[in-house]
Amino acid sequence: MAIEERDAHSGYLTTGHEWNGIKELNTPVPRAVYFFLIATAIFSFAYWVLMPSWPTGVSFTRGLLGNDQRSIVAKSVRQADLERGVWTKRIASESYSAVQANPDLMKLVRESGRTLFGDNCAACHGADARGGKGFPNLTASSWIWGGSPEAIAETIRVGVNSPHKDSRISQMLAFGRNQMVSREEALNVAEYVRSLSDAGPVREPAGKLAAGKQVFLKNCASCHGDDGKGKNDVGAPDLTDRSWIYGGDLESIYQTIWNGRQGRMPSWENRLSDLDRKILTLYVVDLRTPR
Amino acid sequence: MFGFHYRLERKAIGLVLAIIGVASIGGAVEIAPLFTIHQTVEDAPDMRVYTPLELAGRNIYIREGCYACHSQMIRTLRDEVERYGPYSLAVESKYDHPMLWGSKRTGPDLARIGEKYSDDWHVAHMNNPRNVVKESVMPAYAWLARTELRTDDLPNHLKAMRAVGVPYSDAMIANAAADAYGQAAPDSPFAEGVAERYGGATTVRAFDGDPGKLTEMDALVAYLQILGRLTNAAQKPVASAEK
Amino acid sequence: MQVVADVIAQFTGAERRGAFFIALATALLGLAMAVTGNGDSFGAHGALVLAASIITIFCLIRSFDKPEPSSERLQSYYDEPTKAGIVLAMAWAVLGLFVGDWVAWLLVYPDLTFDAAWASFGRIRPVHTTGVIFGFGGNALIATSFYVLQRTTRARLPDQLSPWFVLWGYNLFCVIAVTGYLMGVTQSKEYAEPEWYADIWLVVVWVTYFAIYLRTLVRRKEPHIYVANWYYMAFILVVAILHIVNNLAVPISFGSAKSYSAFSGVQDAMTQWWYGHNAVAFFLTAGFLGMMYYYLPKRAGRPIYSYRMSIISFWGITFFYMWAGSHHLHYTALPQWVQSLGMTFSVMLLVPSWASAGNALLTLNGAWDKVRDDATLRFMMVAAVFYGLSTFEGSFMAIRSVNSLSHYTDWTIGHVHAGALGWVAMITFGAIYASVPWLWKTRGMYSARLVEAHFWLAVAGTVIYVFAMWNSGIIQGLMWRTYTEGGTLAYTFTDSLVAMRPYYMARAIGGLFFLIGALIGCYNIWMTIRMARVSATNTAADLQDAPVAALQPGE
Ligand code: HEC
Ligand code: HEC
Ligand code: HEC
Ligand code: HEM
Ligand code: HEM
Ligand SMILES: [Ca+2]
Ligand SMILES: [Ca+2]
Ligand SMILES: [Cu+2]
Repeated sequence: MAIEERDAHSGYLTTGHEWNGIKELNTPVPRAVYFFLIATAIFSFAYWVLMPSWPTGVSFTRGLLGNDQRSIVAKSVRQADLERGVWTKRIASESYSAVQANPDLMKLVRESGRTLFGDNCAACHGADARGGKGFPNLTASSWIWGGSPEAIAETIRVGVNSPHKDSRISQMLAFGRNQMVSREEALNVAEYVRSLSDAGPVREPAGKLAAGKQVFLKNCASCHGDDGKGKNDVGAPDLTDRSWIYGGDLESIYQTIWNGRQGRMPSWENRLSDLDRKILTLYVVDLRTPR
Repeated sequence: MFGFHYRLERKAIGLVLAIIGVASIGGAVEIAPLFTIHQTVEDAPDMRVYTPLELAGRNIYIREGCYACHSQMIRTLRDEVERYGPYSLAVESKYDHPMLWGSKRTGPDLARIGEKYSDDWHVAHMNNPRNVVKESVMPAYAWLARTELRTDDLPNHLKAMRAVGVPYSDAMIANAAADAYGQAAPDSPFAEGVAERYGGATTVRAFDGDPGKLTEMDALVAYLQILGRLTNAAQKPVASAEK
Repeated sequence: MQVVADVIAQFTGAERRGAFFIALATALLGLAMAVTGNGDSFGAHGALVLAASIITIFCLIRSFDKPEPSSERLQSYYDEPTKAGIVLAMAWAVLGLFVGDWVAWLLVYPDLTFDAAWASFGRIRPVHTTGVIFGFGGNALIATSFYVLQRTTRARLPDQLSPWFVLWGYNLFCVIAVTGYLMGVTQSKEYAEPEWYADIWLVVVWVTYFAIYLRTLVRRKEPHIYVANWYYMAFILVVAILHIVNNLAVPISFGSAKSYSAFSGVQDAMTQWWYGHNAVAFFLTAGFLGMMYYYLPKRAGRPIYSYRMSIISFWGITFFYMWAGSHHLHYTALPQWVQSLGMTFSVMLLVPSWASAGNALLTLNGAWDKVRDDATLRFMMVAAVFYGLSTFEGSFMAIRSVNSLSHYTDWTIGHVHAGALGWVAMITFGAIYASVPWLWKTRGMYSARLVEAHFWLAVAGTVIYVFAMWNSGIIQGLMWRTYTEGGTLAYTFTDSLVAMRPYYMARAIGGLFFLIGALIGCYNIWMTIRMARVSATNTAADLQDAPVAALQPGE
């Protein structure tokens, strides 16, 4: 049977058992343990009384505070909206030019616009808005759809080739694949298009460029204009500037002509509020404003 | 109390039963009511099931372990609602066997990623995220576009889903493979059946850009594009909060 | 392969036949899987099971007609499975830690995947978690539990076959799990990723494990069951309950790896985190507390500080933990009432947790000089400290408002590794360094200085890791919710991503320290085992075991 011993070091009795040399002291549980057990239990009881906590079969106890995480967040979002109203109301109601003329408001536009742009647009247009392959540079010198704040706002609202019912629609036809131009014509016009923006030395025989120009005037000018400067109403980009959506090397241009392109920009009407989109419009316009 | 224990710890079976008893209470009280309390899952009459292609995409999402970096659960916190959109409702993952709420956000939440970006963007991003987001630490998944999607076992997938409670009809099961093909080939004769069985609003597109070939990229992008769009319930302002 | 032959030579005729039939049965199972699952990962796993079974059969046949062992063996403890378990635990440790560090580097250099599907972050992250938790932790728990069980009951294991079945079957499960992830087989349930067939197999193994435990306990020669065994028991029982419920699923066919979870959405989330949290509680906590309750007092040569405190903490942990899972789902679509329960029980849980840590540290009273001199005991001491630290942190993070900041961030990862490196791995290394000389009957480890070096590398690695993740986690959490004066979000998600980079680098370096420590440990253990073989003179006397007064023999 259990024979208790007194541990010399601590002065406590053991329980008298031994397992392969291991013994246990019968030290009473320190008061602190009971104290904290009771304290945390009291805290829990209080919490249960105040907050939704116990299930009752088909429902649950709601707690005296009537706390509900969904209404709380809804309220805090509304509240935040209200607080931001100090300046957002002015942005919402004033004209673009009025806001642009107001340095205080523009500071707020740049600040909040940066995050809005970063979380929503940067994936395609880059954090610096300089775009990437397939996604236009928003700081370039010309606009595909027009550079007025209204045009930009509309692009953001409805998108381009998006499922939105008012979406802007554009398509660069697949001239080569659909046999509207021959391989040689395509090569020639690609050479010509490249020359529009590249003032550098042209190694190719001039005849090619002339032939390319003919192809261009016949097939392309209806959208890109006789001078290749593009048309905003059909979303045809300017081919004479140095910025390219799909790349300005011969191969990329040829690919564009052969296979066609149809860039897609999502519509933001259902995702971002009117105000957020207005801020973004101002932010995008501001990117090009020399400062 | 210690006296009682002194006796209990002499009985192996007693100890076993005591442990099972004590350990079972918590789970029973917390899990069982989730099936009996009606408000737990909101009503959403417009909720639709995943198409076979989307389901296949979801399985690729699981296979590749995307959930290790991405949550699909927008919490009821102001900053999350302002960054990602309306907080997630329980009903939105009603047909998710298993759920993919996630526990770590190495990348952003994806609960509302559907139609936020274009298919082309997703394809470019999956092929190499750093081509579109240079700071990204997400792995490249270039093999998805090279791998053909397996469709022959899709009816079995739908059947198993039906066995666990997802309302797939016999027609959906019978046509699973054709519907998967049709949803990614808008000009093919199979495309029509998709809208017929899953609703006119179902997206039918060449998700990976090539309607001639049904790849894993098609499936994954189709899945990403439906996230947050199976029902509109969450978009209604403060849906059930006021109840 | 001499080792395997020696093990089989100790089997009785009936045990050899039993082993043969089991291996034959699994071979047939493997064959059936390989055939029905042709063209699916399921078939690949069938081939793997078949191969493992055939190798086993081959080994059995080679030693089949060795003379039967004498009944003398029944007069001593059966420690061969423990030895094998320790070696396996260390092998899994190296694999799991290596992959962990690789995963860590992937977040610094994401292109380390060389365009191979199997090498991408999402596939190898679970290889890491399964490798360390189930491979390393599980083998260490099985190995030490057999050792502790026999010595604290003064009963030999009931037979010689079932422990090997548990060890073999369990490691087969782990191999199926990690090879599955590489092939893309996963249920995506955290810490329960293996698919339905692996899950069923684990149930078989686990029931056998439980039977061994119970049969030995029932035959014990000590009137009382020692506290270490309460914990090991709780670990085995609760893991069984959790595993079975959380893994309920419907396979798409009996020839395919894929299955669909029986639960969906919010119920699935709650079940998953009831499981996930209590996998932490009963695998990573209760099991290792069992380990600590034996090795720490044994090594320190001190009695347990308080028997009564052991009782309070054991039942507190067993009861409270099971309520706490919902703290993984704060502010989600899980109804708020469940969150409230999860939070309050997590707070109450702190008391028994600290009582355990306190009980361990107070046990060292009177042995602090040993702690100073003996790195093995110091491993255990530091483990108890980190146990206290991570449970405090856990209870703190379980408070909703704190969790709103910490959830989804690296803070959770920091907490995990404070527990995993600081507590789980440290207590295991301590227990292994203590038992290797006892098991292989040497005077001590091959090199005490290498144990010392491992200790400092482990501590340094843990501290670097945990501090890096606290920093990154809190910065991340704050950046996500910081507002400008104008009341709009101040940072984009990408801003927070960029801010993480230095910390990810630091974490990977800390992990490297920890890995090197484990490699040193392997070398040291290996050399100790060789040392034992060379001086095989040192036979019967079990150096550390108290004189075995009439041990209860095996059947
Ligand atoms: C999925 C990719 C994607 C995202 C995200 C995106 N865009 Fe675009 N955006 C495009 C593409 C592609 C075009 C070019 C469409 C075309 O070919 O006309 C475009 C065009 C534009 C244009 C017109 C440029 C011009 O020259 O007329 C503006 C302005 C613009 N985007 C702003 C934004 C803003 C603001 C956001 C965020 C709210 C945004 N974009 C998000 C892809 C995207
Ligand atoms: C039906 C109208 C239309 C016609 C005709 C047309 N284009 Fe286009 N083109 C577009 C549109 C719209 C875009 C922008 C596509 C996009 O953004 O995805 C475009 C884009 C381009 C681009 C890419 C610009 C860049 O920045 O990468 C090139 C090059 C181009 N067109 C050349 C041509 C040539 C050469 C022809 C004649 C062979 C031609 N286009 C005829 C509408 C047209
Ligand atoms: C190593 C972690 C990691 C893994 C694994 C991972 N991602 Fe990502 N993901 C990120 C990060 C970081 C970002 C943010 C940067 C970016 O856009 O690439 C991101 C962004 C995204 C985005 C854009 C989200 C947005 O709102 O801009 C999508 C969509 C996405 N990932 C899908 C996936 C899919 C699908 C998988 C699996 C096949 C996956 N991710 C695997 C880390 C990861
Ligand atoms: C060399 C040492 C280690 C390194 C470098 C390491 C690294 C990592 C990394 C990079 C992750 C992924 C984190 C993320 O997704 O952001 C991770 C996750 C994890 N590791 Fe480790 N690890 C190490 C040791 C361990 C050990 C010893 C254990 C357990 C005994 C462990 C358990 C875990 C767990 C449970 C997770 C998942 C955490 C979660 O999902 O929240 N790790 N580890
Ligand atoms: C009192 C004890 C403990 C409590 C109350 C507790 C609480 C918590 C909380 C609140 C989280 C974060 C959940 C989230 O926001 O996602 C968490 C995560 C985690 N904890 Fe603990 N913890 C405790 C002890 C431990 C210990 C000792 C370990 C040992 C390793 C551990 C391992 C983990 C792991 C692995 C996770 C990550 C789960 C995941 O997201 O994958 N915890 N814990
Ligand atoms: Ca996790
Ligand atoms: Ca599983
Ligand atoms: Cu937990």
